[in-house]
Amino acid sequence: MPGEGFLVWVRLIAESALNYNWDWGILFRDPYAGWILDGLGWTIVISLLAWVIAFTLGSILGVFRTTSSPVLRAIGTCYVELFRNIPILVQLFLWYFVFPELLPEDWGRWVKRDMPAPAMTTAIVALGLYTASRVCEQVRSGIEAVGVGQRQAGRAIGMTEPQVYRYILLPNAYRIIIPPLTSEFLTIFKQSSLALTIGVVELTAMTRQIEEYTFQGFEAFTAATIVYSLVTFTVMMIMRVVDKRTALPGTFSHGAT
Amino acid sequence: MMDLDFSVIPANSELLWEGIKMTFLLTGLAIVGGIILGTFLALLRIAKVPVLAQVAAAYVNFFRSLPLILVIFWLYFLVPLIVGQPVNAFTSVLVAFILFEAAYYSEIIRAGINSVSTGQLAAARAIGMTYPQAMRYVVLPQAFRAMTPILLTQAIILFQDTSLVYVVGLRDFLVSAEIVANRDQRLVEMFLFAAVVYFVLCFTASLGVKRLQRRFAK
Repeated sequence: MPGEGFLVWVRLIAESALNYNWDWGILFRDPYAGWILDGLGWTIVISLLAWVIAFTLGSILGVFRTTSSPVLRAIGTCYVELFRNIPILVQLFLWYFVFPELLPEDWGRWVKRDMPAPAMTTAIVALGLYTASRVCEQVRSGIEAVGVGQRQAGRAIGMTEPQVYRYILLPNAYRIIIPPLTSEFLTIFKQSSLALTIGVVELTAMTRQIEEYTFQGFEAFTAATIVYSLVTFTVMMIMRVVDKRTALPGTFSHGAT
Repeated sequence: MMDLDFSVIPANSELLWEGIKMTFLLTGLAIVGGIILGTFLALLRIAKVPVLAQVAAAYVNFFRSLPLILVIFWLYFLVPLIVGQPVNAFTSVLVAFILFEAAYYSEIIRAGINSVSTGQLAAARAIGMTYPQAMRYVVLPQAFRAMTPILLTQAIILFQDTSLVYVVGLRDFLVSAEIVANRDQRLVEMFLFAAVVYFVLCFTASLGVKRLQRRFAK
């Protein structure tokens, strides 16, 4: 009887809610409130810096994949296939545990220990390089959406290929792909939580730490959930406005979904 | 440079094989569960069921705003609390993946259903089918055919995402590789091996999806 099974679940959930020691005040008490804010700060730092790498490299690769040069196109394709088909967590471990071992000894030591904030820097680079492969695909589809006619028109009036990209294809492409780029940024924001696997104490790690210290897992995870959702919805609202303001005349633009 | 010794892989093949089986088991069950729950959520929204349609939409937006790791931690904490006794990590991780993936699958399925022409539904109703029958026998089969490539691509992403069970130590392929790596002090070999295995599997699968896409496009 499915109805009966449902009632059993409701009873179980109600019972566990009654047996649990609720203490929402923990979230506002020292030092836990500070931990959550610190965690959020690191999450934002990782996301923004990784996004700079992803956006820059992704744009370059997106241009590569659409140029007339077969060599550049092949480089772009290889990059995307390589980075898209290995789980991001495995890539993070490769950069953190394997990459320094493959370098000459002095360099390896620098990457492992002497560079500023080794774990966090590694997380930023790994996330940035991984997301670049996804940004590349979005930029490519944006450039393709602008259409081959624009490219030909640019060449016909005497522009060089770099000029066509600089003045025609890219400005139009970015305006078309604001919604998918917003999703990619939010993906980085969420995936920055992976940094906890190499010891970076960002938002998710902080709440896990609060759970381990206080056993108030419910409150701690709720705090993280609210913070992640709030940031996500805020970014989406802002980008929806940006997308409307920059919409190309005659196209459908509904903002990020 | 250090000297590499890959003999550690055949020496631990049994453990690694158990791990890869766990990865596939988790992926398979999460796909089935995610598609079932995702279809259900999508149908609530397509059929505009009052209240439930809004709940489904809120569910989807909510889960899509959270990191998968946080959802894994949530369920790892909640499931034993609700059941009232310790459960193995596999159960809570599987529940986490199904709840999380359903949000993504539901968006794919909704787009798939929307791609079927409304005339199909009207025609099915006109020959006397009820709404559920029209969905079951006319709309959904066409929708699933149209979205098969995207569903498979999502399956590849899910396959990669299962590596995140690392955070609760469930012995999937990556955790098995990591256990060997730390025990035998062969980090470089084991992580390179893991990367190659994931790459070969995912790359081959994505080539297959591309071929399928081309066949469907004809």
